[in-house]
Amino acid sequence: MDISKNLKYFFILPAILSVLSIFALVSFGLKPGIDLVGGSMLQVSYPEGRPPVEQVRALVETLQFGEIRVQPTGDNAYLLRQRDLSNEEKNQLEAVLGGLGPVHEDQFTSVGPTLGAELMRKAWIAIVLVVLSIIFFIAFAFRRVSGESEKEKGTVSSWKYGVVAVITLLHDILVPAGLFAFLGFVNGAEVDALFIVALLTILGISINDTIVIFDRIRENLRLNSERHKHEEFESVVGRSITQTLARSISTSLTVVIVLLALYFVGPIATKDFALTLIVGMVAGTYSSIFLASPMLVAWQRLSSKKN
Amino acid sequence: MFAIRYTAVLVLVVAALVGVFVWKTNAPDSYFAFKLGLDLSGGTHLVYNADTTKVPAAQVAESMAALQTVIERRVNAFGVGEPVVQTEQSGALGNGAYRLIVELPGVSDVNEAIAMIGQTPLLEFKLVKQGELTTLPDVSINKAAFEDTGLTGAYLSSAALQFGNGTGVATMPTVLINFNAEGTRLFADITSKNIGRELAIFLDGTMLSAPVIQDSITNGSAVVSGNFTAQSAKELVTNLNLGALPVPIALASTQTIGATLGEEATRAGVFAGVLGFLALSLFMILWYRLPGLVAVVSLFIYCLLMLALFKLIPVVLTAAGIAGFILSVGLAVDANVLIAERIKEELADGKKTNEAIREGFARAWLAIRDSNIAHIIAAVILFWFGTALIKGFALVFGLGVIISMLSAISISRTFLLALGVSAEKGVGRFLMLSGLYK
Repeated sequence: MDISKNLKYFFILPAILSVLSIFALVSFGLKPGIDLVGGSMLQVSYPEGRPPVEQVRALVETLQFGEIRVQPTGDNAYLLRQRDLSNEEKNQLEAVLGGLGPVHEDQFTSVGPTLGAELMRKAWIAIVLVVLSIIFFIAFAFRRVSGESEKEKGTVSSWKYGVVAVITLLHDILVPAGLFAFLGFVNGAEVDALFIVALLTILGISINDTIVIFDRIRENLRLNSERHKHEEFESVVGRSITQTLARSISTSLTVVIVLLALYFVGPIATKDFALTLIVGMVAGTYSSIFLASPMLVAWQRLSSKKN
Repeated sequence: MFAIRYTAVLVLVVAALVGVFVWKTNAPDSYFAFKLGLDLSGGTHLVYNADTTKVPAAQVAESMAALQTVIERRVNAFGVGEPVVQTEQSGALGNGAYRLIVELPGVSDVNEAIAMIGQTPLLEFKLVKQGELTTLPDVSINKAAFEDTGLTGAYLSSAALQFGNGTGVATMPTVLINFNAEGTRLFADITSKNIGRELAIFLDGTMLSAPVIQDSITNGSAVVSGNFTAQSAKELVTNLNLGALPVPIALASTQTIGATLGEEATRAGVFAGVLGFLALSLFMILWYRLPGLVAVVSLFIYCLLMLALFKLIPVVLTAAGIAGFILSVGLAVDANVLIAERIKEELADGKKTNEAIREGFARAWLAIRDSNIAHIIAAVILFWFGTALIKGFALVFGLGVIISMLSAISISRTFLLALGVSAEKGVGRFLMLSGLYK
């Protein structure tokens, strides 16, 4: 793969997606789910056919429970989202809904605000911990490279691999986060604890693609220096990408295949989870090829210009 | 060559046995049936915040244990199969708050459950009106026969089990009640004004006994006798002592999932798993040919091992857990892909088939190990992170990573070597290469 000629084109897609994601995150923001901030969700079905949504909305207004969002789901069911409800309040709500015909409670979840806040705090701690351990993991994975590659003129020192890997990871979780900010704006999609789990899982998975390519780059640099062969850094990077391309695409493809099954026919509860992972996996695969490695080359060009 | 073939056959036999175990223990009444979480089986999950601010710090753990016992007894009385009652502290990273978690599988009408859990045993003292009989069996229903005194278990300071001292036989178990200051005053007042009358004692609306007031009692203690056995008297003492729960609780979160919705989720999860597996197999066989086929066989064995572990540990399966399992299936072939790619490279380097397979495995091992370390880190942090939902995912995911690493390395390698296909030329070469190679 010829990196030197096409370097600037490589950044186009990651750059556009990152900008779009940041834009979506800043302007729409993520809508936290009830498990993170408290609130309640009631799903009821009308076995004899559901009444029109306007009628339901008008009726639940009368309870004065604050904002109640009514959303049709499935063939004959409604999802109602509102602040957290006590058991008595839920009974009142169901009684009102029962006025429109025989109604069946499919599921009900109510989370108090303190419980939600606690999960939110835990989520942040988990995110920080995963990011820290990933950084340590990168430092560990690249411990052998320092010193060795320094001898080769114009190569990149090991800490730069680490920085590039972290930037790539940021991109990998920025894209699904941006997508959910956008979906939240379009159809009210919320991010729950499972979304955070998905992001953390993406971090764990997509660091591998990047590490595999970087590993190859180092291996090729070492082989070159052993054989006293001179090769431009960018051509080493290009060769390494070519060598690992099939592997990177295959391993992501296998995961995406099963995730697609989970998304299309799996339980409703894990649909958003599967979508987050699919987007993150795809972003992680192309970013390791089109972002991480070109970034190394660009950095190396920049520092050699300075010298 | 023969040794490796025997091993391969042995692996297949063991896998078949594991498969039979998984298949045969699927009846819902089997000890090894899959344990389904509430989101799949349907049921109610309640979280109560326990207010421990009024309990001395040294006694908090004890009070929480007492709370758990009381709630367990109430929940058991509810007659639900396999209820779970546990207490937890939100941990150093939370605010240290204590809470009580109640899981009621199969209960989708939460009203009754909440009422049951919140209930406190009610001890009442009522005067029997003049001329009314207290020996009739339906006496407790005849409310008109009694006169409220305002004295209840709320004025209790403690209760103790003792034998004798009641109105009955000396060895009969009785319950000694000590009132608090206000209760003592009230009790003294009632007894001094009503000497000669019967004072009936009710527990949860049922009359226990109706002793005749002999004298005014000012020391604030009363003896309750009924037809107690030692056991029932002891239970009453416990209930009375915990009457007002040792720690006040408030409902913080409710989750109810109807059985139909749970069944649908289970069906969808299984369907997604099977479909994902088939699609993945198709890809692996078409792209990686023989190593692909071997990968599919070892992936199938991996799935059997995982399912058997779910039953043996046992792992409570949730929708998130199933998602974790499906994800792990996709990741499990990762190792096989690495190996197949490495074997291809070794073959391209001109190595002999068996040598290429052995070398391919050896070289791929480092990459497999490194990539799995990252997954395991993520799984451990997620498990620690927490809620039942996330723990379910993390446990399945983490187990999957470890088992898949072992199955890919040992099982696939054994099969590939046992098949003994030569990649030197012809069909063998076609089978061992992958992708668009001919």
